[in-house]
Amino acid sequence: MNDATLLAVDDLSVRFHTRHGVVEAVRGVSFALGRERLGIVGESGSGKSVTGRAILRLVPPPGEVRAKRIAFDGTDLMQCDEVAMRDIRGRRIAMVMQDPKFSLNPVMTVGRQIAEAYRAHGQGSVAAGRDRALDMLAAVRIRDPARVYDLYPHEVSGGMGQRIMIAMMLAPDPDLLIADEPTSALDVTVQMQVLAILDDLVRQRGMGLIFISHDLNLVASFCDRVLIMYAGRVVETCRAAELAAARHPYTQGLLQSLPRVDVPRAELPTLMRDPAWRDGKLP
Amino acid sequence: MNDVHPDTPTLRAWLLTEAPHSRTQARLGQAYVAALAFLRNPLALVGLVIVLALIAVAVVAPILAPYSPIAQDLGIRLQPPSIEHWFGTDELGRDIYARIVYGARITLVIVGMVVIMVAPIGLLVGTVAGFVGGWVDAVLMRITDVFLAFPRLILALALVSALGPSIENAVIAIALTAWPPYARIARAETLTIRNSDFIAAVRLQGAGTARIILGHVVPLCTASVIVRVTLDMAGIILTAAGLGFLGLGAQPPMPEWGAMISTGRKFLLDQWWVATIPGIAIFVVSLGFNLLGDGLRDVIDPKSQ
Amino acid sequence: MIEVENLSVVFGHGAKTVHAVRGITFHVAAGEVFGLVGESGSGKSTVLRALCGLAPASAGRIAIAGEMQGKRRDRAFYKRVQMVFQDPYASLHPRHTVDRILSEPIAIHGLGDADARIDSALADVGLGPTFRFRYPHQLSGGQRQRVAIARALILEPKILLLDEPTSSLDVSVQAEILNLLTRLKREHGLTYVLVSHNLAVIAHMCARLVVMNAGRIVEEMTVDQLRAGAPREAYTRQLLRASIGYDRAAAAEMVTFD
Repeated sequence: MNDATLLAVDDLSVRFHTRHGVVEAVRGVSFALGRERLGIVGESGSGKSVTGRAILRLVPPPGEVRAKRIAFDGTDLMQCDEVAMRDIRGRRIAMVMQDPKFSLNPVMTVGRQIAEAYRAHGQGSVAAGRDRALDMLAAVRIRDPARVYDLYPHEVSGGMGQRIMIAMMLAPDPDLLIADEPTSALDVTVQMQVLAILDDLVRQRGMGLIFISHDLNLVASFCDRVLIMYAGRVVETCRAAELAAARHPYTQGLLQSLPRVDVPRAELPTLMRDPAWRDGKLP
Repeated sequence: MNDVHPDTPTLRAWLLTEAPHSRTQARLGQAYVAALAFLRNPLALVGLVIVLALIAVAVVAPILAPYSPIAQDLGIRLQPPSIEHWFGTDELGRDIYARIVYGARITLVIVGMVVIMVAPIGLLVGTVAGFVGGWVDAVLMRITDVFLAFPRLILALALVSALGPSIENAVIAIALTAWPPYARIARAETLTIRNSDFIAAVRLQGAGTARIILGHVVPLCTASVIVRVTLDMAGIILTAAGLGFLGLGAQPPMPEWGAMISTGRKFLLDQWWVATIPGIAIFVVSLGFNLLGDGLRDVIDPKSQ
Repeated sequence: MIEVENLSVVFGHGAKTVHAVRGITFHVAAGEVFGLVGESGSGKSTVLRALCGLAPASAGRIAIAGEMQGKRRDRAFYKRVQMVFQDPYASLHPRHTVDRILSEPIAIHGLGDADARIDSALADVGLGPTFRFRYPHQLSGGQRQRVAIARALILEPKILLLDEPTSSLDVSVQAEILNLLTRLKREHGLTYVLVSHNLAVIAHMCARLVVMNAGRIVEEMTVDQLRAGAPREAYTRQLLRASIGYDRAAAAEMVTFD
């Protein structure tokens, strides 16, 4: 289904060694990604965010990442040293987090931050950085890039902040973007606009996108393919459009438990969890 | 983790249970978890041992000390450390070891009384100012600023000279100059708590201001104030020593460590032990409180969690 | 049960004035579930806070059960109106056990029989007595929200104000909490005012709703009208469209309303 595999994750596990013993956040996850929009859905604690971070090897110290292979465009990221990873992060693979307020430097204008992100990987002059930043601001459909360039993060709204984050991440023209709940803090209408920007970028630049979210409806309508995670495992993979026909009882349970505008129900079906799902067994 | 109480698995399980059956069990369980976290920090443990040792020495001073701390014997003045006098003798022939041991009592009294006076004043002023806000906040904080603006030792000097030199007055003077930073901390903490949902919820139950401050705000501010007090203990001991040095703290012949240093200063070049031994005692105890404070911060300060 | 006439809420003064709510009017009948829906900054939560006295009303009037409400509310008011907050991690005191959290309102109002009341309140929200002496950090998000609901119910109020009660919870937990709220309403004869940004939650719970934007009521309608997909106002239609899911064409038509 993919023209070319951009990223192949093989048997990824992440464990955290804590005071209360070992916590297995991700347990043997494998998937492949082409130049497409891949959604990773799950509830809190399902390991979806940790999976995204583990690809960039950004799991903080008590965490231990293991994988047979994380092949990105022919390179095994598990074999890369920190210097090589630093070159890949940002330039080849970028990441957008949930809340732009915590990801932007409060004492630097947003334009300079985008320009720095572009120039951090040794590309171009100061003037080129500024041009690139203005281009990127225009690309995420900010109406007056020259004015926004000189604003500080506290002077922009949440939706614009998230668009600026995306502009910053896309400035070095990465091949893969990992977006961890990029629109959860935004209003639904703003969310739609931000998603449209990501959508266009994937189509026009041929970028790969990993879209991590808890929102099934959103992932089903936005992505090409979906991985459903439960307790650190991928319990089901399907085409996003066919999510409603998912076979796994967990996926079905999640879909059923969503309240809907169009269908009135006296009571919402609640999810009964089967311990066997943890081990990846289908009933 | 398993090296703590390996032989009492049932008590451990009772303490660590996720579903306690009584208030006491829940509280003990919390304390146990905090203790476990504290014990995992070796430096904090060193601090705790030092502070416990100070308390133990103060309690059993008469047993530990072979001589009276104030008995003079001019025949043996300024003797170097020996088998009879472990830390030597001072200019009046008093045994320095005995004076150090009894000095622990004075140090403990100073520390204890300052804490008893400073922590509640600071907490109350800070939480009331932070929670009530408005003109109450403005007035209380300006008073705090006035106290902060005075040089600490000078203000203590003025107070002691007004009240008369004695160890109690020195403590009162130190306490009166030491509370403003705690009020500041408690106020800052209160400002972050004040608008939280759990305070709104208790307001909606009809609770009055006093109930909210004492029952809901103060318990959350106490941790950082305790940590700060512990960390400041070294400064408090040194201020007390400074007052003693100027003749305004402990009065002779009380074996106060600071006063011992100031008299030993005259013999520093020829009889080093007279001033150095109490110096080491102050250093060790101050270090102990600092280490303890650091360890406590990791365990009880909500900000570090 | 609740009558709000021309309510305005203004924060700050001078150049920093924020008009959070600009003259809104609505009525809620006894036993009804009334929805307030809107995006962030629409003033929907501020309306709820003004209803229970946490935010000051600068103009207009609020009457609850026929009684006019001023700036200060008496104890009897809090026995009638209680609130459940959005984030159960922030609405429970971190150093208090469930027992302490639930006994506080009993102590404030001098009600006796604390043990029986606490146990029955916990049973009501589907938590066993084993939860009574736990600390909030020993509970999951859903369990915390149940404790918060138990705290609101322990004074046996008639009106429950629900401020995004499920928006910080996972969808499966959200379903459980919504079911719990439905059951409690039936058993205790409660009146709910439910604030949410999620149209689906509002549609599931409420019979009638108002849509708010920039401190004003844009539209008032029944859920049947919403289901029929025929909101009168463009803003509501856009909100409805966006809540269904992503659509490239629809996204291109989104406009900003102020």
